[in-house]
Amino acid sequence: MTEEFKIEIVNPDKSFLEKEDVTEVIIPAFEGEMGILKNHISLISFLKPGIITIYSKSGEEKFYTEDGIVEFKNNNLSILTSSIYNLKNFEQSKIQDLLKIAEEENKKLEISDQSKYLIDQKIEVLKTIN
Amino acid sequence: MASLDDLKKRITSVKSTQKITKAMKMVAAAKLKKAQESAEKGRPYSEKMNNIILNLSNGISDKENAPKLLSGTGKEQIHLCVVITSDRGLCGGFNANIIKKAKSYFIKLLNEGKELKIITVGSKGNDQLKRVYGENIIENISFKNSKNTNYFDAEKVGKVIIEKFEKEEFDVCTIFYNQFKNVITQIPQAQQIIPLKTEIIEEDKFEDNYEFEPDEDEILGNLLPKNISTQIFKAMLENSASEQGARMSAMDNATRNAGEMVDKLTIEYNRSRQAAITKELIEIISGAESL
Repeated sequence: MTEEFKIEIVNPDKSFLEKEDVTEVIIPAFEGEMGILKNHISLISFLKPGIITIYSKSGEEKFYTEDGIVEFKNNNLSILTSSIYNLKNFEQSKIQDLLKIAEEENKKLEISDQSKYLIDQKIEVLKTIN
Repeated sequence: MASLDDLKKRITSVKSTQKITKAMKMVAAAKLKKAQESAEKGRPYSEKMNNIILNLSNGISDKENAPKLLSGTGKEQIHLCVVITSDRGLCGGFNANIIKKAKSYFIKLLNEGKELKIITVGSKGNDQLKRVYGENIIENISFKNSKNTNYFDAEKVGKVIIEKFEKEEFDVCTIFYNQFKNVITQIPQAQQIIPLKTEIIEEDKFEDNYEFEPDEDEILGNLLPKNISTQIFKAMLENSASEQGARMSAMDNATRNAGEMVDKLTIEYNRSRQAAITKELIEIISGAESL
């Protein structure tokens, strides 16, 4: 089929996911959610905290991520991220931990507007998953 | 000549040392495999990161206003050197090689009248450098408690560096580490990470027209600090593979030397035992003759 492209999610210490039969990916790009289909223009962007949804032949998969960089080129989607969790086996305690860290950071006074925005996003997304 | 008892004791002590070095070699070999694997697994990330930055810095429209992490502060007066070593000893020339490389660089800098600041990662480097460059060391970071090299440790180091850069405490940053070539060879490396050295791609090779969202500057601003952490992480992975490799070959040598020593001591022991027997025999025979 011609509607498929390749996705690769890489962590600093390992390759997290690789799929060849992806039809659509929705990423939480910094300036809003973005759906990527085959033959998208070459793109570089970065992520805010949110949910990555991958639609492929084998079904739909969702991942929670806190940050990352996205590159799309020649029907190859690469996502570089240091924090990504599959929603399927995302444990309650882990969510609580992340939420706690985010809320503590939110209490700090000297954070910039941008990081405050990111933290608010993080809390919101985590609460919806919860 | 040492008495039989002494020789016996020495042989046992060398043998038990040999047991220890042998065990350490085995452990290092097992850890090396793991470290090598994680170094290999970590490569795609840093390579991709590098590629994206290359594409970005080539696509950047306004070179004058490029982020300072990329273009530098315009000065080269204060140098920050990050020396990454191990936390444990008994790994041959591993730490000594990095230190040697770093020291020769320090001397060059100081001769040129530059200001020098040092951050040591790993306690061994700190131990060796603080005697001569104690005043220059501004921070010592050690990860004795973490079992494996992980990204969060690298991120911590990266954050320290970026914080200092934003406070304009230095102009150029160089990291020192051992690059893993194979088990016997580790190459000490000096790599400049701020300002970032990018290879310039020729215009015709650079054919991709990327869409950037948000614009290049903002992405670069977000990406470059991450790249620092990534580079440090890469260095740490290479370093830990190198450390295990160096330790393995050092312990292999030590085991072999101990084996040689045991052989030598055993010959000496047998000889003196034989001598003692001969002496006793002579005494008996000459005693019998005199009757």
